[in-house]
Amino acid sequence: MNTLASPVPPVLQVDRLTKRYRSGERLLTVVDDVSFSLGPGETCSVLGPSGSGKTTLLGLCAGLDRPTSGSVLLNGQHLGGLDQDRLAELRNRSVGFVFQTFQLVPTLTALENVMVPLELRGKPSRAWAVELLGRVGLEDRAHHYPVQLSGGEQQRVGLARAFVNRPRILFADEPTGNLDADTGETVIELLLEMNRDFGTMLLVVTHDLELSGKTRRILTLRGGRITSDRVPDSLRPPGQVPEQTLSGAARDSAAIESDPA
Amino acid sequence: MRSMLTPWPWKMAWRDSRSSRGQLLLFSASIVLGVAALVAISGFRANLKTALDSQAKSLLGADLALSGRQPLTGEAEALVDSLDGAQSREVRFSSMVYFPRSGGSRLAQVRAGETAFPFYGTVEVEPLHAPAQLDRGPFALVEESLMEQFRARPGDEVRIGARSFRIAGRLRQMPGESLGGSLFGGRVYIPLAYLDETGLMGRGNTASYRVYLKFEDEIEPTALLRRIGPQLLEFGLRAETVAERKARVGRTFENSADFLNLVGFIALLLGGLGVASSVHVYVKRKVPTAALLRCLGAKAPQTLAVYLCQALGLSLAGILGGILLGVGLQYFLPGVLADFLLVDIPFHLSWSGIAGAGLIGLILAWLFSIQPLLFVRRLSPLAALRMDYEAGRQPFDWAQWLVRLAIVAAILVFALVHTSRWTYALGFVLGLLISLALLAAAARLGMALIRRFFPGSWSYPWRQGLANLHRPHNQTVVLVLSIGFATFLVMLLYLVHQGLLGQIMKAGGKGQPDMVLFDVQGDQKAELADLLQGFGAPVLQEMPVVAMRLQSIRGKSVAQHLRDPGNTIPNWALRREYRSTYRGGLLENEELLRGSWPVGEGESGSPPLVSLDEGIARRLEAGLGDELAFDVQGMLVATRVGSIRRVNWRKVQPNFFVVFPPGVLEEAPQFHVLVTRAGAGSTAAAIQRAAVRRFPNVSVIDLALILKTIDEILQKVSFVLRFMALFSIVAGFTVLVGVIGNSRYQRLRESALLRVLGASRRQVFLILGVEYLCLAGVAAAGGVLLAWLGSWVLARLVFQSPFVPAFLPSLGVCLLVTAVTVLIGLLATRGLNRLPPLEALRAGAHRL
Ligand SMILES: Nc1ncnc2c1ncn2[C@@H]1O[C@H](COP(=O)(O)OP(=O)(O)O)[C@@H](O)[C@H]1O
Ligand SMILES: [Mg+2]
Repeated sequence: MNTLASPVPPVLQVDRLTKRYRSGERLLTVVDDVSFSLGPGETCSVLGPSGSGKTTLLGLCAGLDRPTSGSVLLNGQHLGGLDQDRLAELRNRSVGFVFQTFQLVPTLTALENVMVPLELRGKPSRAWAVELLGRVGLEDRAHHYPVQLSGGEQQRVGLARAFVNRPRILFADEPTGNLDADTGETVIELLLEMNRDFGTMLLVVTHDLELSGKTRRILTLRGGRITSDRVPDSLRPPGQVPEQTLSGAARDSAAIESDPA
Repeated sequence: MRSMLTPWPWKMAWRDSRSSRGQLLLFSASIVLGVAALVAISGFRANLKTALDSQAKSLLGADLALSGRQPLTGEAEALVDSLDGAQSREVRFSSMVYFPRSGGSRLAQVRAGETAFPFYGTVEVEPLHAPAQLDRGPFALVEESLMEQFRARPGDEVRIGARSFRIAGRLRQMPGESLGGSLFGGRVYIPLAYLDETGLMGRGNTASYRVYLKFEDEIEPTALLRRIGPQLLEFGLRAETVAERKARVGRTFENSADFLNLVGFIALLLGGLGVASSVHVYVKRKVPTAALLRCLGAKAPQTLAVYLCQALGLSLAGILGGILLGVGLQYFLPGVLADFLLVDIPFHLSWSGIAGAGLIGLILAWLFSIQPLLFVRRLSPLAALRMDYEAGRQPFDWAQWLVRLAIVAAILVFALVHTSRWTYALGFVLGLLISLALLAAAARLGMALIRRFFPGSWSYPWRQGLANLHRPHNQTVVLVLSIGFATFLVMLLYLVHQGLLGQIMKAGGKGQPDMVLFDVQGDQKAELADLLQGFGAPVLQEMPVVAMRLQSIRGKSVAQHLRDPGNTIPNWALRREYRSTYRGGLLENEELLRGSWPVGEGESGSPPLVSLDEGIARRLEAGLGDELAFDVQGMLVATRVGSIRRVNWRKVQPNFFVVFPPGVLEEAPQFHVLVTRAGAGSTAAAIQRAAVRRFPNVSVIDLALILKTIDEILQKVSFVLRFMALFSIVAGFTVLVGVIGNSRYQRLRESALLRVLGASRRQVFLILGVEYLCLAGVAAAGGVLLAWLGSWVLARLVFQSPFVPAFLPSLGVCLLVTAVTVLIGLLATRGLNRLPPLEALRAGAHRL
């Protein structure tokens, strides 16, 4: 493999992705001709006003829904060619998820929730799950049920679960959307830290400028189209022009980004 | 509640239901069946009443029926002749009938009558002209079931005693026959003119002599009876008018309709539980909306009113569906009950029945939905601001308890209306509450056991499926209640049926007697015993039988008892012909309860001491030492009660209410009963054939005939019961579908999440399957256990027989119910896998 001198292949390659929903008579284009690619360990945030298609895009990238046209290459596999169960298996092995609404299984304890992806694969490793809970600072809450945990704690359990299968790719949909600023910050720290340690590619949808400022790349979505693709100001040496500004529309994105979800 | 009178809650309720109307309708489905049952039964009852009113005379076939145990004497004859109107005579008795073509014979009920009867109603017979033939010669009408048993056809010969008759037609229904007659079957009608030629009269055969009368319009039978009543009593004649017959038939149906109503009501209650549970889930889902309304300034009662309006609307929808279905059922009910009906039932709608059923349905559905809704009152507007709002432990809420109390009160009132007795109504409510409580306890225990002993090493889907039973807002207990209760009803019916049959079967155990020959004359005894020996059937017992009537009890004559308005002794016990025996000791199936037996000689000059069966002693209100006088075919015999026995009636052998000591009845006219064991069915048939040919007056009852008769009755009764059981099962499953449908969004999100995390469709399916499996398993097992308990109680208290748990059928019922539940559950949740798992990511997935 390494005899080829080509650059490292991307783990996520999105090509002319389009998704339309039929709503009554009208055909609604929610994701419109989107293309981008991300390499291993790369971090990227997606900004955009509510309803601009962020969640839909994320879902398409993870094979949670089928695109109307275009293709997704995830971890070297074309999602279009896989059936539901193969997609599930791919997610189970290589993909982690963090949700805005935490999405813990209410009937399972924190530890059991963390173990679900391993259990589904039939290779539960309790010690590893406990260790991850320790990393998010919840070792003493392992046997608590979700209702007994605060929002921040639930999201930390969610983080532990997302990393339990050592994913190559992590998708997060507004992971701090339901948390207060301080708690959100803790979660962001943990997310980025674990992302670094595991060398995971991260695609995160967020309204949190603090979080987006810490990713290497920012995509801005409007009406389903990518309107800007840039490096955050904080990571850019002063005076340098944004790498790939597509249009002037990116300038008003800051105003839009503060829209409530 | 007052808020409901303003338009806003209604408007809001309608708008708020927008996203989930189809699904909301599911929970109204829970009450559809219960309401349908009540509508159908009350409608049917109304139809029946009309039918009884318009066809009353055909129930009796005449205006007045007189019956006595002896041929009319001169004075009685004169009295009857003095009555204006047409007359028709009939003599009824049991006798062996023999079908020469097939060689079969059995004991049947022979009616020798005149063709003038019936005066009212039509004889259902094939061919139609058959009854007229009985005027022309020795023809007979034979009941359909009897014809089928011996594969007889019109034109065949049937032999009764010494006389042969040609079968003119196959009889289906004869006006004037009582309900019992049609159940027991086996009737043969012959012309009265040929009765003597059978040679059966006067040879120990006990017959009923009847006169049917038809009056001109101006004569009122009831008034007439008041005039001649005392004389009739004196001649030992019983009179029955159309009004009395109608009341009797009506009562029978009222009783069964009340029973059916209670079953329908149970279906409605199960539905109510389903509604409560669905509303519970629904309202939890509505917390954000409700809290939001509060934030926007709606008052607590107003917010509650919105959901009460929805509940009311849904109840109305369910009731409407129930009424439509009920009217359809009512249309088919006469077909189901055909074997019990003596009249044609016309179909018309009973508006009062529909209104009544609708009202009780509405009250229950509403009470059941109010209960979980009350929580909305306490909802803090803060809930709108907090995600995943979880109400902590609710403080004591008097309104909750008030509603619960109202539910119990409503059940009690309903039961009271339908049983019209406090004790029965209370018994029903208590029985219901106890069964439900036991089932709920079984559910909890079962869950705990599964949780405790479930192998932790089992694969994840198994453990997750099990954990699902404990999910927040789970409806495990309600589902177990509805499915378990239905299983309980079905299993209980089965166990009781089997228990009854099993008892009789056991009577035919090895070496036990299985055939009784009675009406044997003294001079026939030896010859008959020889005949039996020839077939290898030993005479196991031989007893003399003397027919007698009660003359007086403790010095008060039977006639006085009958006239006494305060009399509590049943008429049949006073008037019946007592067939008594005499012997010196107890039989092995008898047990002495009080007094002593054998009774020594008694002091000379004092009356002989007789032994009474405990049941008849209770009915006659006679205790030890009481004086009973018997009229033994014209001779008065005074006796005293010397002992009370308990008799095991379940043996195939003659048992007696009254046993005399030796030395009293030896000289009285008597006949004999022989008990034998014939063994194989073919031998039994051969013995019957031979006995009937040689001794036409001898009647034979064998175990096979008893079994067949009982089985026929049970078949007919259990058909209706099975119909109701099926009904309750379907009601249980409707609740299942409704409840699962309503928690669908919960399951949907759970399974979408699992699929995001990498679960395959098979795994998601398996998890759901395991959940339903555990649920159904616990419900079915609980239901069966409860049925065992119920049938054990019945066996001990009512049937006084050993309890038979019937393991294999119980297992079968468990497996069947479980399989159907899992199937229905999976069908109700199908489509979960078809939705893209993306939905799990959307916070607004509530609308699913
Ligand atoms: N199943 C669907 N049917 C029709 N329209 C949908 C469906 N799912 C999402 N949409 C629409 O797609 C648009 C984008 O939704 P989403 O991706 O959730 O936006 P975001 O996450 O950026 O807020 C919205 O306008 C939404 O109404
Ligand atoms: Mg979104």
